[in-house]
Amino acid sequence: MSNLETILVIIGLFFNFAGCVGLIRFPDIYNRLQASTKCVTLGTALILMAVVIHFGWNSISLKALFCIVFIFLTAPTAAHAISRGSHRAGFSLWEGSVMDRYKEDYPPEARD
Amino acid sequence: MTKRFFEFIMLLIIWLIFVWSVQIPDIIAGVIVAFIIVLLFSDIFPAEITRLLHPVRIFWGLVYIPVFFWYVLKSNLDVAYRVFHPEIPIRPGIVKVKTTLKSEVARTFLANSITLTPGTLTVDCIEDNLYVHWINIVSEDPEVETRLIVDKFEKYLKKIFE
Repeated sequence: MSNLETILVIIGLFFNFAGCVGLIRFPDIYNRLQASTKCVTLGTALILMAVVIHFGWNSISLKALFCIVFIFLTAPTAAHAISRGSHRAGFSLWEGSVMDRYKEDYPPEARD
Repeated sequence: MTKRFFEFIMLLIIWLIFVWSVQIPDIIAGVIVAFIIVLLFSDIFPAEITRLLHPVRIFWGLVYIPVFFWYVLKSNLDVAYRVFHPEIPIRPGIVKVKTTLKSEVARTFLANSITLTPGTLTVDCIEDNLYVHWINIVSEDPEVETRLIVDKFEKYLKKIFE
């Protein structure tokens, strides 16, 4: 492995680790989603980028590139689905939260 | 019909990249798989995406990628800072911002971009309003929120998709 690959893998692991720590430390589901979605997306993308550099121009690299694109497309969508679902299921925000415009506009009682 | 043909060719190319060979059995398998997928899922594929093949749109798409990556990097450093800070400096809440984008694909990309950028997570999109969970609310004024969250992406996405 060259230096660049090692650096990419280490930075990627650092962000993945930050995402996991955020998952434990943050108070409610929405903040936890913030940490896990952002950090794990970039962390995994950087590790896959190291794979692309390591293997050069062949099918493995192209598959890794596709994986990067799909991670960037699907991770935010999944986070949106989970946060929307949990808000609709009645999981309220952490008590230290400042405001909840979504609850004001679409109160739980008004939904089907 | 053109739309279905376009999808079919695109899926076939992706298949050939994945198997990484151009022998007859692979191509036949790819044709069969692409045909079945087009038959089943063609309806949920957004038709407006074929418009993206215009050179000007591709150019702005390529400009958008580094801008987007810069914000992604910033957002990760921001989250890492909040995660490792002993007191967890957060001030979360859900704010409501307006978008002027009209097409569904553009809104999807806007919502996804917002989710991956500093401290924001799109919870829902209803009509013109995006409900965004913000980890560190700096203002209670919807105008300022819209300017801070939406505007930086909207100007690019407008050029790419509309």
